[in-house]
Amino acid sequence: MQTLARPGRIFLFMAFLGFGLGAALFPTPPGVAADLFDQVVEHKLANGLKVLLLKESRAPIISVQVWYRVGSRNEELGKTGLSHLAEHLMFKGTAKYGPKVFSRLVQKAGGQDNAFTSRDYTAYFQNGPKTELKRWLEMEADRMQGLQVDEEAFRTEQQVVVEERRMRTEDDPVSFLMEETMAAAFKAHPYQWPVIGWFHDINSLTRDDFLKYYRRFYIPNNSTVVVVGDIDTPEALKAVQAAFGSIPAGPEPPKVTAQEPRQYGERRVVVHREAQLPFVLMVYHVPNWQEADAYPLEMLNRILSQGRSSRIYHHLVYQKRLALSAGADYAFDTADPTAFTLYAQPLPGKTAEQLEEGLEAEIEKLQRELAPEKELTKAKNQIQSQFYMSLDSLFFRGMLLGRLETVAQWQLIKIFIPKMMQVTAEDVRRVAKKYLVPENRTVGVLSPIKTEKTRAERYRPGGTIE
Amino acid sequence: MAAAVLGIIVFAVFPAWGGDPPKVLGTKQTLPNGLVWLHSQQSGLPLVTMQLLVKAGVLQEPAAKAGLANLTAQLLLSGTQKRSAAQVAQELDFLGARLRAAGGDDFATVSLTVVKKDLAQGLELLKDVLFNPAFAPAEVKRTVAQIHGSLEADEDEPGVVASRSFARQLYGPFPYGRPVKGAPEGLRAITPKDLKDFHRRFYRPNNSLLSVAGDLTLEEAQRWVAQTFGSWRPETGPAPALPPIPALDKSKVTVINKDISQANIVLGNLGLARSNPDFYAVQVMNYIFGGGGFSSRLVEHIREKRGLAYHVRSDFSPGLEPGPFVVTLETKNPSAREAVDLVLGEMARMRNEPVAAQELEAAKSYLIGSFPRKMDSLDKRAGLMAYVEFYGLGLGYPWRFPDLIQGLTAADIQLAAQKYLHPDKYLLVVVGKQSEMPSLTGLTPGGKEEKQDEPKKSGN
Repeated sequence: MQTLARPGRIFLFMAFLGFGLGAALFPTPPGVAADLFDQVVEHKLANGLKVLLLKESRAPIISVQVWYRVGSRNEELGKTGLSHLAEHLMFKGTAKYGPKVFSRLVQKAGGQDNAFTSRDYTAYFQNGPKTELKRWLEMEADRMQGLQVDEEAFRTEQQVVVEERRMRTEDDPVSFLMEETMAAAFKAHPYQWPVIGWFHDINSLTRDDFLKYYRRFYIPNNSTVVVVGDIDTPEALKAVQAAFGSIPAGPEPPKVTAQEPRQYGERRVVVHREAQLPFVLMVYHVPNWQEADAYPLEMLNRILSQGRSSRIYHHLVYQKRLALSAGADYAFDTADPTAFTLYAQPLPGKTAEQLEEGLEAEIEKLQRELAPEKELTKAKNQIQSQFYMSLDSLFFRGMLLGRLETVAQWQLIKIFIPKMMQVTAEDVRRVAKKYLVPENRTVGVLSPIKTEKTRAERYRPGGTIE
Repeated sequence: MAAAVLGIIVFAVFPAWGGDPPKVLGTKQTLPNGLVWLHSQQSGLPLVTMQLLVKAGVLQEPAAKAGLANLTAQLLLSGTQKRSAAQVAQELDFLGARLRAAGGDDFATVSLTVVKKDLAQGLELLKDVLFNPAFAPAEVKRTVAQIHGSLEADEDEPGVVASRSFARQLYGPFPYGRPVKGAPEGLRAITPKDLKDFHRRFYRPNNSLLSVAGDLTLEEAQRWVAQTFGSWRPETGPAPALPPIPALDKSKVTVINKDISQANIVLGNLGLARSNPDFYAVQVMNYIFGGGGFSSRLVEHIREKRGLAYHVRSDFSPGLEPGPFVVTLETKNPSAREAVDLVLGEMARMRNEPVAAQELEAAKSYLIGSFPRKMDSLDKRAGLMAYVEFYGLGLGYPWRFPDLIQGLTAADIQLAAQKYLHPDKYLLVVVGKQSEMPSLTGLTPGGKEEKQDEPKKSGN
């Protein structure tokens, strides 16, 4: 993430560096919202570039987004973090727009630009006045292949990313635990390494690594342009064609063929670091949107962790007063199957073991008893309401289209709600029994090394710090 | 305020956006009990958002009960006289509605977002939690334990540790020096009676304002607002007295040792209140200095040219009272001195040289041009209306704003820098590994400077 904002603390398995999106997926209820996505205009240019346009005239504002189907998933050991570093380098300028010119032009118009990288994709965006449409498309097209990064610019940005990693992971015990746990849960698939890359890898990447990568993946036939907002749709399509149409298609990028094999027994990771409180993670291998079981898994996720009346919150945080925070997370829309995660941080005086038992008890209950009908209805109501709420943001509508198109196909938005509405209590119990079993999980525990509380050292006037 | 009562202005009733943009954010009216409320119809989605701002923030709480304002807000959702905490959660989740209550420095916020068809039930819940909170001893205990836990977890966030120390030192006994969620000793002193009293005293219609945005006509909104808030009884009492903000007459450096790889740096001084007419010059000045992202000088010199930090920025946070001016950045421990020197150098340059014409133009252009993005969703619209009303800016503020900015000159910006950036009288707090950091003394040649211990943390 290019952003300058200080990130929040727990960005869990939000597998990208950047925005926390909150609840996992965003279904379509019948009515307004379904109609809304019926208006998506889809087109493919001759060079393979996918175009998705959605008109929404509430304000004289647009969101322009370019999504590349490349993320840390496409990297290799020893060169991890390349996708994210490339994202930073994309702001270094072209022959036509020198360094920083791009962002400055966007800001001068009152707009905002940024980018984010995940395991599956890298995306760039500009939000702001509709009058900027052509210019922004033109600038994005220009840097798809025209980037100029000299050795010095490369080295400097590399150091920026090293600082980013220190801040996000090295100095944050919970983030550090998440990295370690994912690395243990995946041994054959690239989801094992963090999006930002391993510390030493970031430092040893070269400009040549970057150039090779950039030529291979930054091609029109590996990307999707999304424009949402106050646009004239045919005009916008013409503008995309004019800006991107002349970029030649490239050779199809190599496919990621890795597949995580079945796990035969629990794996455990313990991180001993200076920290105030322990933390527990339980990561299970599960399918994603490509299989029908994804819908009951998503339902399971909602039942466990959506709202204060959800099971994990109600039992572990509220009733038993064991946890400072606790919940679940399921990555439904990913390129390859990922993980169903449970997490908890104990209150002072409570232990990681107590929370592990507590989380397990919730799973066992789901495997044993059918969820009451009322609880399913509640989850279904939440799914519908939250969908409307999430659409309040123009930028988010664009993200939804871009992300789904990149990891799956955007039409998934349309079938999601009907599928979720069909999920039964029996389905939920079945997937709980099938996937949330000990031999399929990796448990990560942060075990704090207790040291003295942070305190100021004596600072002698006129002296130096030892 | 006759004008406010008669605020049903014809041109303000418009269907969302389109055509000529209206010159006000919405309409303003006042209920007989004194509740000022604002309305803007936005019909794109079948949603309604309400934000209630209650002047019941840290500014209103007694120092000995630090955390009382926030705790009162949080506990609104923890049970009423007829619903248990679990019932409130259950009903809310069944609607899929979003109901939140949060403390703050200047005000507490209670907000509801709900699908229009569920509005009646949503408002019934809002009304119950707002008017009849139980503050049951068991719930108080539970929530206090959660806050204690989160204060402990905060110790693992060096940026938070640095900011807290900075605020405590900058403000002394003044309320802005305390974390909104309070501190252990204050929290321990709070009784259910304190909560009930605070609620009774401050949660009043004549001490609040309500912002309504969404799929409601003005007539519908009037009906719902009157029905929900009409019976709320007004009450007035004396405003709490505030201690003075201590003067900072020389620089002070505090280093907090922690075994981490980065120095988390917070540097700054006292800023200004939102009502200060210098606000606009300061806004432009700060954009150029460190608030304007990749267009700012701090990012240019510290990140882009030298790769010293990922995150570096400066902020003014003006409130009802003067907020702080702060620069925050994180850099590897050995670079701490270099980064701080660069920050101080840029502060001095802002004061000593007029900004370039194109910098000034870019800043103005951004601030004016970005306004539409501040109101492009229901949440933002409701929030902006509440903000302009709370700080007395008027519902026409977005259309007045360009004039406030456009006329500013490089000399105005330089004056603002001279008035609000103090490279010789600043407070610096660094949390990092001391043994890897170079000396942070003698940072300002010729400036007065004092280094000191971190004041002993009390209570834990």
